[in-house]
Amino acid sequence: MTALASAKDTEMVVNKNSASPNRVIDIDNLSLTFETNDGPVHALSDIDLKIDEGDFVSFIGPSGCGKTTLLRVIADLERPTAGSITVNGVSPEEARLNRAYGYVFQAAALYPWRTIARNIALPLEIMGLGKDVQQHRIKKNMELVNLSGFEKKYPWQLSGGMQQRASIARALAVEPDLLLMDEPFGALDEIVRDHLNEQLLQLWAKTNKTVVFVTHSIPEAVFLSTKIVVLCPRPGRIYDIIDSDLPRDRNLDIRETPEFLKIAHRVRDGLRAGHSYED
Amino acid sequence: MTDATLTQGRSTSPFAGLMSGTVGPVIVVVSAIMAIWYIAAVALNTPFQYDLYERAGQTDVSTSQLITDTLAQKKPVLPAPHQVVIEIYKTTVEKKITSKRSLIYHSGITLSSTLLGFLIGTSLGILLAIGIVHSRVLDKSLMPWVISSQTIPILAIAPMIIVVLNAVGISGLLPKAMISTYLSFFPVTVGMVKGLRSPEVIHMDLMHTYSATRLQAFWKLRLPYAVPYLFTSMKIGMAASLVGAIVGELPTGAVAGLGARLLAGSYYGQTIQIWSALLMAAFLAGSLVALIGVIEKLTLKRMGMNR
Ligand SMILES: Nc1ncnc2c1ncn2[C@@H]1O[C@H](COP(=O)(O)OP(=O)(O)OP(=O)(O)O)[C@@H](O)[C@H]1O
Ligand SMILES: [Mg+2]
Repeated sequence: MTALASAKDTEMVVNKNSASPNRVIDIDNLSLTFETNDGPVHALSDIDLKIDEGDFVSFIGPSGCGKTTLLRVIADLERPTAGSITVNGVSPEEARLNRAYGYVFQAAALYPWRTIARNIALPLEIMGLGKDVQQHRIKKNMELVNLSGFEKKYPWQLSGGMQQRASIARALAVEPDLLLMDEPFGALDEIVRDHLNEQLLQLWAKTNKTVVFVTHSIPEAVFLSTKIVVLCPRPGRIYDIIDSDLPRDRNLDIRETPEFLKIAHRVRDGLRAGHSYED
Repeated sequence: MTDATLTQGRSTSPFAGLMSGTVGPVIVVVSAIMAIWYIAAVALNTPFQYDLYERAGQTDVSTSQLITDTLAQKKPVLPAPHQVVIEIYKTTVEKKITSKRSLIYHSGITLSSTLLGFLIGTSLGILLAIGIVHSRVLDKSLMPWVISSQTIPILAIAPMIIVVLNAVGISGLLPKAMISTYLSFFPVTVGMVKGLRSPEVIHMDLMHTYSATRLQAFWKLRLPYAVPYLFTSMKIGMAASLVGAIVGELPTGAVAGLGARLLAGSYYGQTIQIWSALLMAAFLAGSLVALIGVIEKLTLKRMGMNR
């Protein structure tokens, strides 16, 4: 708890001093090259990206363009080979040690020997929260992802989509100010996806969280985001950053409006251009 | 299983019924072993039986008489199964457990050093594995020793362990148990190192995002992951422990234990006694390994991994 409190303090100090008040992520000229057996892989090249508090940012781009890698750099799961990055004004490592973010992996990554409820309890146990707080958060977040009643089930007794929802509940239970989500809804059907999109949007609007979200779906990116980052491959770099002017308070009907379609169109153009580099 | 049963159901072979299910095949295999054993017993004991006939001046012996006689020698080269079974029956059921001639008494002696050695060996193996997984230095410095320790033949090192420990005043159960330890820590170390290192990258990454300490990552991730590996290596370790305990009874001229029975049997050419001790050892090893299997099943079930 003290760690979290001090994290907030440093953040405030930094905010006072820096030019832009609520900068959560600041990426400058960042590159990452994987050294592999068959030569270097330029996963990220010259990335410049600023994300402010309360932003909902989507990364979209063809497979292999470095979306996951960029998210992992923010989470301190990967070290950049050049350039700089700060998270909450400090290095990604410090931010991680301050438990600044919650991370939803592309795969559910549930522990097979733990029931769903105990999987969600895992980060809470590690943070050393009290049992009743744990119970409360487990219940609340399982309801949020529509998994009530599956507390005692083991992961393999659930469908892939349900497992993915459990992993989202696990990340939300940490109640982080910054949510990093790697294709969290990729394995879900359209209806459940719509439902969870709305839930996530509500949660975001209510709590002023900052969300960084990876997706392959143009409508999902446009519906959720305040900022859409279109990436293109080889080497992975930013092709376009689109600031959405859709109102923060939206519902699914917005997908039929011309404003929505205009943004979707621009994203699609960006993706096409990105793909054409491959040929 | 189902596929096999289906095809067998359709076939008209007389073996089809026999070979379906598990009881049939087991009976077939056991009978085959018995048949081979009896044939071998007759073949191996015949030369000596001819000697006996010659000395007794018997010349005209029928084949059936020859077979009966080869299967009823007092010190056969290869005792027949029923001779061994009768010997085991005599030395287990018909003898008091406290008797020096009771096979159960001797099994108990061997069992206690097996279990003690197994316990020490397993604990040692787990501790070594934890060290090796968490420290590069230990990995580089310990692992070669762990592996080279097993390249020394146990028969060479067993007498030394016993003599050295006796010299410092340790005798009885512990020296034998040390030999069991020596044999059983190895599979546990290797298995646990593998198990503790087996968590998927994504599961380790998850711990990383929580900024979990190494201790937390160990208890909440590495250890549960290693449990199935632990049980597999404990099964090997248990069998090795039993071998170690028996070998430990050989060089000391121990008076009790299955190893002592084997030794005494070979001194006096009591092959039936040797074979009954051997079978008892095999039975003991089988039961111990099966017991670990049961505990494994229950544990994995409790952990929800009994798919
Ligand atoms: N650990 C690694 N070692 C070597 N190369 C890697 C590693 N991780 C990723 N890469 C490479 O980096 C590039 C970007 O991968 P990344 O996983 O970030 O793509 P992505 O945009 O998330 O793709 P997808 O949409 O399929 O998830 C790929 O070419 C990939 O092969
Ligand atoms: Mg990815």
